[in-house]
Amino acid sequence: MPEHRHDGAEAPRVAVRKTHKLYIGGAFPRSESGRSYPVASADGEHLANAGMASRKDARDAVAAARKAFPGWAGRTAYNRGQILYRAAEMMEGRRAQFTAELSAATGAGRPEAEREVSAAIDRWVYYAGWTDKAAQVLGGSNPVSGPYDNRSAPEPTGVVGVLAPQEAPLLGLVSVLAPVIAMGNTAVLVASERAPLPAVALAEVLATSDLPGGVANILTGRTAELAPPLAAHADVNALDLAGAGESAADLEEAAAETLKRVLRPDPAVEWEADPGLSRIRPFLETKTVWHPVGT
Amino acid sequence: MPQTAIAAEQAPTNRALREFLHGLPGVDEVGARERAAGLATRSVKTTAKAAALDLAVRMVDLTTLEGADTPGKVRALAAKARRPDPDDPDAPSAAAVCVYSDLVAVASEAVRGSGVGVASVATAFPSGRAPLEAKLADTRRAVADGATEIDMVIDRGAFLSGDYRKVHEEITAVKEACGGAHLKVILETGELATLDNVRRASWLAMGAGADFIKTSTGKVAPAATPPVVLVMLEAVRDNLAATGRAVGVKPAGGIRTAKDAIRNLVMVQEVAGPRWLDPALFRIGASSLLNDLLMQRSKLRTGAYAGPDYFTID
Repeated sequence: MPEHRHDGAEAPRVAVRKTHKLYIGGAFPRSESGRSYPVASADGEHLANAGMASRKDARDAVAAARKAFPGWAGRTAYNRGQILYRAAEMMEGRRAQFTAELSAATGAGRPEAEREVSAAIDRWVYYAGWTDKAAQVLGGSNPVSGPYDNRSAPEPTGVVGVLAPQEAPLLGLVSVLAPVIAMGNTAVLVASERAPLPAVALAEVLATSDLPGGVANILTGRTAELAPPLAAHADVNALDLAGAGESAADLEEAAAETLKRVLRPDPAVEWEADPGLSRIRPFLETKTVWHPVGT
Repeated sequence: MPQTAIAAEQAPTNRALREFLHGLPGVDEVGARERAAGLATRSVKTTAKAAALDLAVRMVDLTTLEGADTPGKVRALAAKARRPDPDDPDAPSAAAVCVYSDLVAVASEAVRGSGVGVASVATAFPSGRAPLEAKLADTRRAVADGATEIDMVIDRGAFLSGDYRKVHEEITAVKEACGGAHLKVILETGELATLDNVRRASWLAMGAGADFIKTSTGKVAPAATPPVVLVMLEAVRDNLAATGRAVGVKPAGGIRTAKDAIRNLVMVQEVAGPRWLDPALFRIGASSLLNDLLMQRSKLRTGAYAGPDYFTID
């Protein structure tokens, strides 16, 4: 029963404010450092405080991603596709929230934000489709001069560090994360520094999409602080530098120390365009098997 | 703190042992847990961390105790104990390799001249269920093959049913069979049920001549939990005060990360004292721990987080 004040008016309800946290190993922890930072909308209005991950959070995220890798890579391609499609379903259910957050973050009008949310949802469906088809396009039976059946098949490379694009905080975010996890890699993603809230909402979508904990780990905070430890981390197998900006060359150099695969940022990238296999292929290894014919 | 201890020379009666062991002050379980948890919050960084990691490497008894052990695996393990990190000549050697008694000859050949010891589990490890003659034969054979340390298990069945004398006699007999080899007595604290029992078993083993008391076989969970190690460290500290003899402690089982190892070292320093911060008096029985220690060392040296792909699996 609502409490009544002596003047007869109902007491105002205490607001339930959201604490924006990180997403590591399927859980939503605060940063180990206890830090957070203010996030403003496109016109400078305070929106929320987001967690400010430290390099130790990045380390923990890599450990979670490594732990999740064998299980996720071992799922059937069809099953991974179902789970990615489930992410699309979950996003659809939160369309209003994504539209509002996107329009606050970028200053886009409602119809424009709606269009970007639709494109982001469709991108999950797009990569859900690729999960069990990429192997047929990128692998195959090789003609060899000998009595051998020779086949190549793509396999996930491992743990991928992903720097999400600073602009396009939703479509760009989904466009870099989905292709990495679609083929069985696990990801440690650093969200757009200026507009991290859509990434936090996406983490909540992933947590309810049957995606095993640790497959996608999402950190919010300073890209300049989180990217170098990820680039130098010996247990990270590849890097997507989409959101690296000026520091891309330095990060690539650090990554070379442990022979990571690196996807360089493309300054002319159009996130709306059909990406094809351009973001799938860089994070795969090719396994080739020779088998004697007739045995 | 008891003012006396069990005299090792005479064979005490069950009654005398019970009087002594049950006369020990009871352990405050909640207090022990709190104290251990409190010590685990210490922050050890930079130069102190580097020193702690090196010390922990020097304390590792690199262990393989599987039915599937082969001479090849033992040789690989010995090579790793001698030179844990081939990339870094400054990395210290581990304290010892710990193997089953039939592989002692292989291990002792593989560590010859390196200063790395060979520890052998003996006395019907891990259950301890065998006649005394078999246990003694097992021990003698391991020592003859070159074991410098013997890790024996106590008869938990006898201990729990109150037959302290049987446990005491077995330890003294095995100690005699060890000759010059160090004797570590495994209490298997995971089967002792209470911390009071851990304290009693510690005093019983020390009184019977143990050079080391060791928590567990690694085959039973829980193994080396912090409160158990705390109680055992208190026991060796008090034993030193009562008898003048310093007995070592070896937690084994469940210590897998450098963080766990450093927490143990903090406990050693704060409970037993700095004298025990020495591989002669504190060992850590582990297999996967060593790689984590090496990865942390490499992180301190290079500034970049290390990955398991760059270290040997066993």
